[in-house]
Amino acid sequence: MKYLLKYLKNYKLECVLGPLFKLLEASFELFIPLLVRRIIDIGVAGRDADYIIKNGALMVALGLIGLVCSLAAQYFSAKAAVFASAAIKSDVFRNIMSLSYSEIDNIGTSTMITRMTGDINTLQNGINMSLRLLLRSPFVVFGAVIMSFFIDLNAAGIFVLTVIFLAVVVYGVMFITAPLHKNVQGKLDTVTLSLRSSLNGVRVIRAFGLEKSMQKEFTDANGDLVQLQLRTGKISALLNPVTFVMINGAAIWLIWSGAMSVDAGTLTQGSVVALINYMSQILVELIKLANMIVLITKSIACADRIAALLNTKPSMTEGTVDKEWTGAACRVDFENCALKYGNSGENALDGISFSVMPGEIIGVIGGTGSGKTTLINLIPRFYDVCEGRVKVDGTDVREYRYSALRKRIAVVPQRSVLLSGSIRKNMLMGAENVSDDEIYSALKTAEAYEIVMGKEGALDYMVSHDGTDFSGGQRQRLCIARALLKKPGILILDDSTSALDYATDAALRKNLRSLAQSPTVFIVSQRTASIMHADKIIVLDEGRAVGQGTHAQLLECCSVYREIYESQN
Amino acid sequence: MNDSKKNEKKNTAAENLRIIRRILHYLRKYIFFLIAAFVFAGISSMLALYIPVLTGDAVDLIVKKGNVDFEGLKIILTEMATIIAVCATSQWITNACNNHVAYSTVRDIRNDSIKKVNALSIAYHDAHRTGETVNRVISDADQFSDGLLLGFTQFFTGLITIIGTLVMMLTIDLRITVLVVVMTPLSILVASFIASSSFRFFKEQSEKRGEQTAIITEMIEQEKLMIAFSAEGEASGAFDANNEKLAKASLKATFVSSLTNPSTRFINNMIYACVAIFGAMLVVGGEMSVGALTAFLGYANQYTKPFNEISGVVTELQNALACAGRLFELIDEKTDEGEPALLTEFDTKGEVELKDVSFSYDKNKELLKNVNIHVNPGERYAIVGPTGCGKTTLINLLMRFYDVDSGKILVDGTDIMSVEKRALRREYGMVLQDTWLKPGTIRENIVMGKPDAGEDEMIRACRNSHAHSFIRQLEHGYDTVIGEDGGALSQGQKQLICISRVMLALPPMLILDEATSSIDTRTELKIQDAFAEMMRGRTSFIVAHRLSTIRKADCILVMRDGNIIEQGKHEELLSAGGFYQTLYRSQFEH
Repeated sequence: MKYLLKYLKNYKLECVLGPLFKLLEASFELFIPLLVRRIIDIGVAGRDADYIIKNGALMVALGLIGLVCSLAAQYFSAKAAVFASAAIKSDVFRNIMSLSYSEIDNIGTSTMITRMTGDINTLQNGINMSLRLLLRSPFVVFGAVIMSFFIDLNAAGIFVLTVIFLAVVVYGVMFITAPLHKNVQGKLDTVTLSLRSSLNGVRVIRAFGLEKSMQKEFTDANGDLVQLQLRTGKISALLNPVTFVMINGAAIWLIWSGAMSVDAGTLTQGSVVALINYMSQILVELIKLANMIVLITKSIACADRIAALLNTKPSMTEGTVDKEWTGAACRVDFENCALKYGNSGENALDGISFSVMPGEIIGVIGGTGSGKTTLINLIPRFYDVCEGRVKVDGTDVREYRYSALRKRIAVVPQRSVLLSGSIRKNMLMGAENVSDDEIYSALKTAEAYEIVMGKEGALDYMVSHDGTDFSGGQRQRLCIARALLKKPGILILDDSTSALDYATDAALRKNLRSLAQSPTVFIVSQRTASIMHADKIIVLDEGRAVGQGTHAQLLECCSVYREIYESQN
Repeated sequence: MNDSKKNEKKNTAAENLRIIRRILHYLRKYIFFLIAAFVFAGISSMLALYIPVLTGDAVDLIVKKGNVDFEGLKIILTEMATIIAVCATSQWITNACNNHVAYSTVRDIRNDSIKKVNALSIAYHDAHRTGETVNRVISDADQFSDGLLLGFTQFFTGLITIIGTLVMMLTIDLRITVLVVVMTPLSILVASFIASSSFRFFKEQSEKRGEQTAIITEMIEQEKLMIAFSAEGEASGAFDANNEKLAKASLKATFVSSLTNPSTRFINNMIYACVAIFGAMLVVGGEMSVGALTAFLGYANQYTKPFNEISGVVTELQNALACAGRLFELIDEKTDEGEPALLTEFDTKGEVELKDVSFSYDKNKELLKNVNIHVNPGERYAIVGPTGCGKTTLINLLMRFYDVDSGKILVDGTDIMSVEKRALRREYGMVLQDTWLKPGTIRENIVMGKPDAGEDEMIRACRNSHAHSFIRQLEHGYDTVIGEDGGALSQGQKQLICISRVMLALPPMLILDEATSSIDTRTELKIQDAFAEMMRGRTSFIVAHRLSTIRKADCILVMRDGNIIEQGKHEELLSAGGFYQTLYRSQFEH
């Protein structure tokens, strides 16, 4: 929560002016009961019509000044709230984008999305209302108390006591409900997760006839959410009636003690009326405050969740080396690398060492879960090794600035994803100053030219969501073209031709070989056919390299490789 | 205002009415709580109105030194205490009932939404973003709930307060009441003017916000890709551009809508001053007591406040209605379910026949044209062809994810259009290239197709699929909780789990769409026997790029551009020298 306050600092002026104008408005309001008292005690008692009208006009004038102040206050509060939230949002988004793969795995996308959307909206509203009312209400309350001192000391005592009790109650309710509101938000995350999986897994769910059970899962989570909301709501709902009782109780007391003072001649009738007016002003403010409290506790819960996200530091620290790169193929060295994922017991990779000369083609093959993807994820530093080191062009990847390292590398991930927007926009991801001709040539290399030309508008064709208007194989080819456009020094194909038929796959490989810029290529594959012509093949088994060499060498001396090869021929 | 604008306004009014009617329909279930909320809200606002009268009476008993009626005061103050207690209790009950109604209604609407999500056609889901639907069911529902809560409490109590105050004021003095009533429209006019101009800004804000949600959802879901392409900066740039626009729209919407309170408050203050002046004159003229003036001033204050609240509520309600509208749009989305007299039980032997089947996703682009196939029970059919030739489409039709445009698909001689989708799909076991795991334990994911399976049975299936060894190695074995999207499992491991599912359920027909694409061939070879065992006596459709897995099929369908161009056994097709031969050869050409 405190962490987020610094965002308001940039709007210091607005944050001061907003409440200040509110206070001005409120202080003018505080004079009203005094004017009424004067009208009753002097105007009415002295039957002075002029006096009455003059004071009435004064009331209108005060109202007008109040209006101007209030408008200013609303503007400054809105400005501070909106722009501070926008700044928070921007920083949170940037921070999310700075996270490394392991944090993304740990946090999960669902909760990041709710925090970025719903939570921040609540927070924005909370800031706005706080600036407008949070100071105003206590000010009016204390102002009323101070005014009461001017009228009657006895009565002032009642005011002080009442306010103390009220503070205890308001704070108590806030204290009890704050953690409950946090729980509610957490439950809402569960509901969102359940909904999202229903949407993302729709085919499998239908195929297994799981609609009912998925529905039940959602309904249960939803039911839990409502239970929690109701429990929280019951406590929050106490605030208004309790303050109502206290204030009116105090008013009764005030009338009684006022009556005695008037009877003793130490107080006038008009003063009693003024005191009652002040008390009812307190009540009005408290009702506003009570509504605010609910909003504020909610906002604080949201702020905490946002701050947690903002405070999530990437587990990796960026290096500082900004090495020049001419666009040539890169050298890669693995030196005794080991990696363990967050909560798993065993190393996903262990004791991996090999060197790759610029321009070489490296095949990575191995069983399911043998660590192929893990291995290539180390090169662009998506994860950090636990032991050993990975070097690109002779420098440890941990010493590079991310941009310096990653501009050398293009990855075609296993899962080919197209983003919404035109094909051109998809192709240009991460690339700058690229002409359409260059795009077309990359598309041709990736055997994707016909796909694009077959779409209306070609490069301007708008990809529908998740690219479902392309088949898996078409998406893969487009993703390969996207990687080629980066003109990388290292090209990593992570099993990214799995959905291609053999004819296309073979043609694609042929094209890659004839590329002018000939980068260092890593091909991760299940098929020996895809990698058998590589300069070097690394055979992985349960995270260890059980064989390294050419196809012929491995066939001779690596039993795992032989088995794989034989299983396919 | 021109005619088209008028019509538009009429339409939105009709639309709002329709939405309100739908909301009322949901509220019906909570009619008891709703009535209770109204009754107690009525009680508490009336009683709250009576308090100033008593205060006024009390003030009149406190005239001056030596002239105070303590006995009368005692009676009045006791009455006040009782009223306060009853009033507070009513307030609490009202709030509790309101909460109950609002939260429960939203729960019901959400439950109906998920029901609809599960009933909607695959075509709908293919055409709508996940984020968009999530936004409706989660955020819109939340805002609707907030609006509903506010709407109830403030609208109703506001109304009662206005009426009650009017009555009370009338009992005190007709002339000042008329003065107050005459000045009221000013306040309403200002409020409604602000509300209507802020609506435009709100609309702009919600449009920009919708765009932002779409950006956030996509960028965060695809963050790994962004990192891989060093496009984080670009993403942040795109986000910031939109964020700035949203901030500007938000500022306008927030500021303009926040003008309501101060403006109306100013008008109220004017009314208050007028009451004070005229009231004081009347007191001077001896036509009114000081106590009555106190009470009147109290009422003048209270009378105008509900107008503020109600106008505030109007914007809130408009927003809530818009949110509800989007939700109902989802709930009212047409499903093609509900053909009469569907077979709900469907035990098949596995004979499948396609008669003259034609289908296309886009009515302007033909895909499948007059496809005819006849598959006998237990036969293994392989479907091959270049990417985009319609292989997956064929499977979409078999599973009834999409329905044929013309022609028929018969299973055991029954048109599948006359079989309930669930019953039909139960007969198929499906493993897709795109593996999806539900968040939960591995066990839950495996027993999905056969929830009553015993531990031994499940482990046997996993041994057959060779998933057992890696699952056992996980820290919590079968009870390992996997997050969204399978978490840290590799694609291949996910696919093995999907295969285990089918191996456990063993339905009479199988669809394997690139079922082993992410599994290495060594493991694949190992599970080959289990696959063969599984396929024995089961009609199977296999889509694969690895011709080695296809060789043993009873029949191979070679597809190209939506047509079946060749059909036959591996050897026959190879010697025929057609397209299949070209495909097969390319496997060994490097």
